[in-house]
Amino acid sequence: MSIKVHQPAVNEETAKSLGLLSEEYEKIQQILGRIPTFTELSVYAVMWSEHCSYKNSIKYLKKLPRKGKALLVEAGEENAGLVDIGDGWACAFKIESHNHPSAVEPFQGAATGVGGISRDIFTMGARPIASLNSLRFGNLDNKRTQHLLKGVVKGISHYGNCFGVPTVAGEVYFDDCYQVNPLVNAMSVGIVKVGETISATSEGVGNPIYIVGASTGKDGIHGATFASEDLGEDAEDKIPSVQVGDPFTEKLLLEATLEVIKTGAVVGMQDMGAAGITCSTNEMSAKGEHGMKIWLDKVPTRQKNMQPFEILLSESQERMLIVVQKGKEKEVEAVFEKWDLHCAIIGEVTEGNLVQYYMNDELVAEVPADTLVLGGGAPVYDRSYKQPSYHSKRDNFNINTISLPNNYIEITKQLIQNPNIASKRFIYKQYDSMVGINNASTNKPSDATVIRLKESNKGLVVTVDCNSRYVHADAYKGGAIAVSEAARNIVCTGAKPVAITNCLNFGNPYDEEVYWNFVHALKGMGDACLKFDTPVTGGNVSFYNQSPNRAVNPTPTIGMLGLIDNVDDAMTLPFKKEGDIIYLIGTCRNDISSSEYLVHHHKVELSPAPHFDLEEEATIQNAVTNLIQNKLIASAHDISEGGLFIAVLESAMAGNLGFEINTNPEIRKDAYLFGEGQSRVIVSVDANKQTHFEQFILKNNIPYSLIGIVKGNDVVVDNERYDSLVNYKELYDTAIEKYFV
Amino acid sequence: MKFGVVVFPGSNCDADVIHVCKEVMQCETRVLWHKDTHLQDLTTEDCIMIPGGFSYGDYLRCGAIARFSPIMEKVIEHANKGGYVFGICNGFQVLCESHLLPGALLANNHQRFICQNQYLLPQTNNTALTQQLDLTTPLNIPIAHGEGRYFADADTLKMLKQNDQILFKYCDASGNITEAANPNGSIENIAGICNVNRNVFGMMPHPERCAESVLGNADGKKLFESLLNLVYG
Repeated sequence: MSIKVHQPAVNEETAKSLGLLSEEYEKIQQILGRIPTFTELSVYAVMWSEHCSYKNSIKYLKKLPRKGKALLVEAGEENAGLVDIGDGWACAFKIESHNHPSAVEPFQGAATGVGGISRDIFTMGARPIASLNSLRFGNLDNKRTQHLLKGVVKGISHYGNCFGVPTVAGEVYFDDCYQVNPLVNAMSVGIVKVGETISATSEGVGNPIYIVGASTGKDGIHGATFASEDLGEDAEDKIPSVQVGDPFTEKLLLEATLEVIKTGAVVGMQDMGAAGITCSTNEMSAKGEHGMKIWLDKVPTRQKNMQPFEILLSESQERMLIVVQKGKEKEVEAVFEKWDLHCAIIGEVTEGNLVQYYMNDELVAEVPADTLVLGGGAPVYDRSYKQPSYHSKRDNFNINTISLPNNYIEITKQLIQNPNIASKRFIYKQYDSMVGINNASTNKPSDATVIRLKESNKGLVVTVDCNSRYVHADAYKGGAIAVSEAARNIVCTGAKPVAITNCLNFGNPYDEEVYWNFVHALKGMGDACLKFDTPVTGGNVSFYNQSPNRAVNPTPTIGMLGLIDNVDDAMTLPFKKEGDIIYLIGTCRNDISSSEYLVHHHKVELSPAPHFDLEEEATIQNAVTNLIQNKLIASAHDISEGGLFIAVLESAMAGNLGFEINTNPEIRKDAYLFGEGQSRVIVSVDANKQTHFEQFILKNNIPYSLIGIVKGNDVVVDNERYDSLVNYKELYDTAIEKYFV
Repeated sequence: MKFGVVVFPGSNCDADVIHVCKEVMQCETRVLWHKDTHLQDLTTEDCIMIPGGFSYGDYLRCGAIARFSPIMEKVIEHANKGGYVFGICNGFQVLCESHLLPGALLANNHQRFICQNQYLLPQTNNTALTQQLDLTTPLNIPIAHGEGRYFADADTLKMLKQNDQILFKYCDASGNITEAANPNGSIENIAGICNVNRNVFGMMPHPERCAESVLGNADGKKLFESLLNLVYG
């Protein structure tokens, strides 16, 4: 049955209502040499949205270090980065945001975030073997925060568990800056044999184009545009822009996709995420330097009478576009029939660069593919920026105005129950973290998670990190710290950092202070990536995390991949046995800047970033690597939120062993225990290896101090018994849980 | 003994079970597709595994659709002839829905999915699956489910006890079977059972997830060794 195509008249106002600028509307008319049809305008609006075009970020993304001998594809070339991991295998990995959808519909928003990033991995032919996430919410005392957290976690759990890929690691932060705009960043890691990947390209005139997987519905229309504007008071009205996920179909699509690649009939493939059919047809055509003829009436739809623009912009999940070698249609169709999935020819590859969309033989849109895509005709802007005015207030901070506390025990108990530090078990226990039987960290916890590769002794080591308070305080240092902390976690696990993916969550790029932070955070990240030889393999930019009141803290979340030659050699974080000696590798300073202690105990929201020096960081990481390789330490755990005390306590709780430590009279006691100065690691050493350990440390000129001993069942500081370890653990375990159970 | 591993659409522990049967236990292993109408060369000497996952998306009710698949007709025949059938997690749910095992699995009492290491105490040595297990030493075998609360009515429960059909109970690290150690509200902490004829087994915990030392826990391997009647230790 044919439908009547409805193409409203187009003018500048129409363009604006679709999110285009006047200058962009001008440019479209120049490209086409005429006024676009409504469908064409919709196509340009979505392809030139921030979300798809990276128009306000690409200039600085290109300055990040993106080359390395292990990289098999460069950032931005394919749907995800691809790194050679040896033995004929490669790892595809990427992180992506689903912030806006999760703010209005947390369950589906987060669920489809997991689905979308997983498809980016398997559309390349890689099998996803691990998922990670980075979540940020407002104050946990707030009812909406609790609602969002519950929904987001349930969404990730629902989708990931059914899809059958373990959620192996993550981070969760609470800060008032995320009250209106929560952040939901999802990362997927997959493996594929080198040479067996599939590219998101299209070529071979006459080759059929298939849409496979779920049918196309009216969900998620204008989702990419929605993600490219501030969250206003009408945000709830945007619920129809949120996609609906079906992890069962995704699981079938995964298996069918990997199976269809084996037929050798696939020319190119791309998943349908933001901007649906529009994005996949144009990006594949532009990459393959060919055109396409697409018959929209052939697309299997959920609803009757869908308009061309609706079919083109639908962000219905669990779909793929596949270009197949002509003559091999039967082999391809057999695979999808086996998995009971839709599989329909909707077009063919043509010469030239035009992508033509037809509805019942009526041409409804005709666009040159290269004019729509990043690197082609999509606009590129150079935004102006200025140093944030709050920096002057930050610089007024003086540690000497902060009085020393009277009751340290009370502070340690506050800190251990601070949701940024407390156990996240209420959250991670809802995720299947073990399916696939590769998670080697379940029973041997480390700062980063170890994923064994069944094909060899090797393991992938993965982590996500970003302390956005540091980035807010000092964008350059904070960006560098985010990369450094990720690398430190990988190093403390006994592995070598290899590459990163990033999810850059910022406010409105037209705000000059927001943009200043963006530019400087990227500079800091880039310098740290160069230092650790961890090139950027890709990722995602999410601007407009901004409400009428404020922008979120600048949050460049780093997903890092590391490699370990033998999984059995992974270093873990629990203390191992009574009598082991506890050392600090690194230097303690009179520094409490931007610490959880300063913010939550003294209510000082703004202060500089904690001490950080890139050279010092590299020295410490190198030292830890050498200590692990020489088998001189029994545990390693980096110092992060909550400072030295919390790091020691975490190693103690993980090992069910108490400790006695002593502070240093030359350093403020609060700074010693709770300061968050960077480049520090807590290690424990078997007493029999103490001499050997200290000789090694001195010979290599590594800064260190002996701070205590693993002992008994209590927490003891400066000979004062704080409490039993069991009591600390109870507070730690239940602090977040008690809001929900 | 050979293994046959059933694959439903939405099964996601199939590859894990195949890995353990084939690579860890070094047994011949067949893959049985849900649309198949035969069991290949498997006989009643062999064991058919129904793995975990979300068969048919777990839509309607966990395991409710899988029981109507062509392969299940053959699995039921195999069980009725005395062949071994072992369902794990979603596989346990499928076996209950197929009436190869009594009782049902309901939503966890706390209404959340839960994934964690879990101690179990074997309750009987009178099955192939448990013949070599120590009844006083808890095993650490992870769970991962949203609907794992085993339920049986009073008569069924009585029968289970009379016939010694309870295989595992949830316990704490010291082997105490307490309410606090019950992760989902299962009746009497029941984690796994067998049928009256003692050839069909079902359990919610995942022994295949802890069958290799590289993962830091090989307790689950003991079940496979017992099933294969391997002498060890």
